Amino acid sequence: MQLYGTHIDSRLMLGTAQYPSPTVLAEAFRRSGAGIATVSVRREAGGERAGAAFWDLVRRLDVTLLPNTAGCHSVREAVTTAQMARELFDTSWIKLEVIGHADTLQPDPFGLVEAARILTEDGFKVFPYTTEDVVLADRLIDVGCEVLMPWGAPIGTGLGLTNIYGLRTLRAQFPKVPLVVDAGLGLPSQAAMAMEMGFDAVLLNTAVAKAGDPAAMAQAFARAVEAGRLAHQADPMAPRDMAAPSTPVIGRALLS
Amino acid sequence: MKIEINGTLTEVRADTLDAVLDELGHGDDKVATAVNETFVPVAARRQTALAPGDRVEIVAPRQGG
Repeated sequence: MQLYGTHIDSRLMLGTAQYPSPTVLAEAFRRSGAGIATVSVRREAGGERAGAAFWDLVRRLDVTLLPNTAGCHSVREAVTTAQMARELFDTSWIKLEVIGHADTLQPDPFGLVEAARILTEDGFKVFPYTTEDVVLADRLIDVGCEVLMPWGAPIGTGLGLTNIYGLRTLRAQFPKVPLVVDAGLGLPSQAAMAMEMGFDAVLLNTAVAKAGDPAAMAQAFARAVEAGRLAHQADPMAPRDMAAPSTPVIGRALLS
Repeated sequence: MKIEINGTLTEVRADTLDAVLDELGHGDDKVATAVNETFVPVAARRQTALAPGDRVEIVAPRQGG
């Protein structure tokens, strides 16, 4: 998979938040085979040194880092946060979140496009956290986004793909744009479904971090993503309403 | 003078951003900074003068989804 010209082996992208311990986080990443880890920036007090400890941990994961602008509600906040993240993590990649609604954490489409435009002009490679809206997708591509990350469901809900029609339409409208289903997945079967639908990758965090056994769940997601991708490439059969016998009818013994 | 450090009004003696970071004990911490909502890169901290009431944000790498 190519993202902004960089080859990434795994189609599973994993967040680094909410794990019970750094050891569990590291084991979950090992078993997930994830190629990209999302990270963030937060306030630090003098002498706290939490940033240094986390930095040491993520460097040992041997993955590509994708910093986010989580929690930002305005264009200004998101742009400044992205600039701070670029310096801290030494990458121009940014998972751009501009949140517009407190309860659903739905992206603010207007702020998202504006922030994406400013950041792209400033040299960032923007991964916008967006909805399945095809018009918004068009606008994001217009301002320079080469990857889109539509939600499956609101962040942290684990509801899976809540708008199959919208996601299918988005995939069909933008066949050549890398599309990553980001947020809302709760189970490996939901990740497999996204991949079977032709999405290029999935990004998740809570489903793994909050599982009883995060490392086992990380491996389950890895297998689901791989299975879903393989199924998509294998060109699934078309569903039909009426039964069609799979065993040959001709040659059946007449016994009645 | 009093400036806001990560949302808390704080008395500092230094009057440039790099000196304030030293005074607060950040030393060579891996932190990024913004003053009055504008990003200030490492290279510009020494020349960034602070005035009473300025809002300084100091952030470091953290877990994220």
